[in-house]
Amino acid sequence: MKDNVTWTIGGEAGFGIMSSGTVLARTFARTGYHVFAVNDYPSLIRGGHNVVSVRIGSKPFYGMTKDLHILVALNAETVEMHKAQLNEGAYVLYDPKEKEWTAADFPKPVTLVPIPLRDIVSELHADVVMRNTVVLGASIACLGVPFEALFSVIHDQFIHKGQEVVDQNEKIARAGFDYVKTHFAALTDMHVSPGTVTEKQAIVNGSEAVGLGAVRAGLKFAAIYPMTPINALITFLADHAKEFGIVYKQPEDEIAGINMAIGASIAGARSMVATSGGGFSLMVEGLSLAGMVEAPLVIDLGMRAGPATGMPTYTEQGELLFTIYAGHGEFPRIILAPADAEEAYSLTATAFNLADRYQVPVFVLTDKYLNESQWCIPVSQLNQPVTIDRGKLLLSDTGAAEGQFQRYDADVENGVSARSVPGAKHGQYYANSYEHDGTGHVTDRADTRIAMTEKRRRKAKAIESGIMPPVYAGDEQADITLVTWGTTKGSVITAMEILRSQGKKVGVITYPWIYPFPVAETKKLFAAAKRIIDVEQNATGQLARLIMSETGIEITEKLLKFDGRPWLPEEIVSKLG
Amino acid sequence: MATLTAESYNTGFLPTWCPGCGDFGIWKSLQGAFAKLGIGPDDGMVVYGIGCHGNMYDWMRMYGFAGLHGRALPVAQGIKLANHTLPVVVVSGDGDCLGEGGNHFMHAAKRNPDLTVIIHDNQVYGLTTGQASPTAKPGFKTKSTPEGSTDSPVNPLALALVSGATFVARGFAGDMPGLTALMEQAMNHKGFAVLDVLQPCVTFDKVHTYQWYRQRLYKLDGTGYVPDNKLTALEKSMEWGDKIPLGVLYKEDRPTSEGLESALQGEPLIRLPLEPAHWDKLLEEFV
Repeated sequence: MKDNVTWTIGGEAGFGIMSSGTVLARTFARTGYHVFAVNDYPSLIRGGHNVVSVRIGSKPFYGMTKDLHILVALNAETVEMHKAQLNEGAYVLYDPKEKEWTAADFPKPVTLVPIPLRDIVSELHADVVMRNTVVLGASIACLGVPFEALFSVIHDQFIHKGQEVVDQNEKIARAGFDYVKTHFAALTDMHVSPGTVTEKQAIVNGSEAVGLGAVRAGLKFAAIYPMTPINALITFLADHAKEFGIVYKQPEDEIAGINMAIGASIAGARSMVATSGGGFSLMVEGLSLAGMVEAPLVIDLGMRAGPATGMPTYTEQGELLFTIYAGHGEFPRIILAPADAEEAYSLTATAFNLADRYQVPVFVLTDKYLNESQWCIPVSQLNQPVTIDRGKLLLSDTGAAEGQFQRYDADVENGVSARSVPGAKHGQYYANSYEHDGTGHVTDRADTRIAMTEKRRRKAKAIESGIMPPVYAGDEQADITLVTWGTTKGSVITAMEILRSQGKKVGVITYPWIYPFPVAETKKLFAAAKRIIDVEQNATGQLARLIMSETGIEITEKLLKFDGRPWLPEEIVSKLG
Repeated sequence: MATLTAESYNTGFLPTWCPGCGDFGIWKSLQGAFAKLGIGPDDGMVVYGIGCHGNMYDWMRMYGFAGLHGRALPVAQGIKLANHTLPVVVVSGDGDCLGEGGNHFMHAAKRNPDLTVIIHDNQVYGLTTGQASPTAKPGFKTKSTPEGSTDSPVNPLALALVSGATFVARGFAGDMPGLTALMEQAMNHKGFAVLDVLQPCVTFDKVHTYQWYRQRLYKLDGTGYVPDNKLTALEKSMEWGDKIPLGVLYKEDRPTSEGLESALQGEPLIRLPLEPAHWDKLLEEFV
């Protein structure tokens, strides 16, 4: 019996590797387990090596570890690539027709579970692509879970294609299940302890979590040019556009995307764009426009390994400083950095309120690891009430005198002036990319320029007064304080737990709200810290540099990883010696 | 509201265009067209590009968006999708629409949003004091082409036609009554209407003067030309030299970008409820 099991399936792209991970994750999420699934694949359509790992825990946990308990190899290459990572006693499920393996082929003792996958599918008159369904059945048997758990997911996945398709999939999965039960009945050491999670859970990837948050907050318009890793958001929005009264438009490029979204925002619709670093580079001009015309806008920036095209399907936290400094001219912005899907959901919903309240662009800074991993969220969390605050938005008559509506009234206390929408009576103004006066009329007068710059600065000050503080977890009086942001949090928290189990006193500081930077709270937390270590998924320690520039505090110890693969907790622990 | 006239849209600011600029004719024609169509200052939106043309918003009392160079069309499409009941006109220039914004032009035409785009076509960048624009004819000497432009010029009408625009016309800034009528037709057209307006730049172009154009322009109206065939229109769009046609080259009924959006079959997006209905049902998809 194990409390946590990590199952990995690998094979050639195009053989249903990704969907197998989702099915297994759902199977366990439905039966009281906490699950997490992460993928690793090259930027190819077919061919290349695709991997999905699913961690299954009887209790909630944060992210992956270096463990690998069950390896499902649809080809010989999978075994070659992953055999060094296998835990002692790990199971290797494979088709001897691909290659015969012996214990001597592995660096540690493993249990070989040969299954004639090709023969099974051919006996059942199924396509070779269905081998993934055979191994799902076989895996369930290895994990000691009743077949019905898997069947309920298969049923729901295929019922819209008809009962016949459900029956065929069931037959194939059951063949794999029965094969293990018949030939490997004695294998029980990978049985996973009963799940203790009583709440109903949703399995979503980070992009879907952002989409759910956006829909919940009243998103009406999105213009998103396809780009890894945010493509699942496009699918989610396009699939639900009719149902929720949303327009998703595929623009010709990211420049058009952000300008469309700004247009929709000025017209009164809650709008967003999503992209990765390269697409955001094209949006930068538009970002500055949003700052100038004071258009509320939400930008989901899914970071991936750069520069340029980089490693498009691998993860990095490389755009923090780019996001802070992007755009010509000086204007306020807000940057939120979710650590997991639950935060991606709630912070996206929050982002829309902040955008409307302060009439600024608001970033949700995500990454490949967040967007394309599958996370567990308790459904009750997704059902928490969401408040919608549209700020000073005038959808009908403004009551102003003809031609006198002061859209950009520079005298308002917090810098946030009321906005009308085109079509509203007595609300006529110009959304002007040129410097402008209260009505939006162009100006280059020094006094008006000063007044308008100060107006925008007052908005920044107002934003700063409502900052969400950093989150502290772990021991008071910690000997080691790990500072991190975004999705690196999961592994840092797990590393902290490992270190604490070794008797060390450890704390973790994370920043769900990263800009404007929470200066006062950070100084207070740092003042109490003995040894501060920055942990990031980039090569230059961008958070540490931000902290230095905002607080004057230099973090000298940094753990930086930039190979495109997310931090694992054991790596952090071993680096700390 | 009092009856609308061209004067209803005055702002009290006076144009800063060069005396004699073709922009005056386009500006006054547009005011006249708005008045005739009963679109008051609070009732519609004009999206401007950057260039001499773009300064028009300052003396046009009408909801306006003066955006970035080249980006007027995407902004206008976003506005139209957010509120498809709102009349939206794009005022752009040859550099704005066909240079910096060329890709946007092609894709707007392909989608067929219900927008009218008025292209100020004078072959030159006036605001930056006289460089060749994408429509500059070969041999045209400017500050950036001292030995004469060497490129083949972009043909806005032909480009609009092959890209899928459903209303394609040419007007002349020196013919306000004719231009006003074309603008009315363009705005009444349900779909992407492109109106290329030939306009002399009196400061940086000593060749293509009002007189130069008047000697060559003729109206398609009354010639028996029927604007219902894309290939004929394409042929007509390439007529340039001693004779240059004015008027509607092509018109077609095709569903608009907004009309094809399932969410836009009733109220505009900005009037739809923000709270998602069937939230529970949505969550079930992920369990």
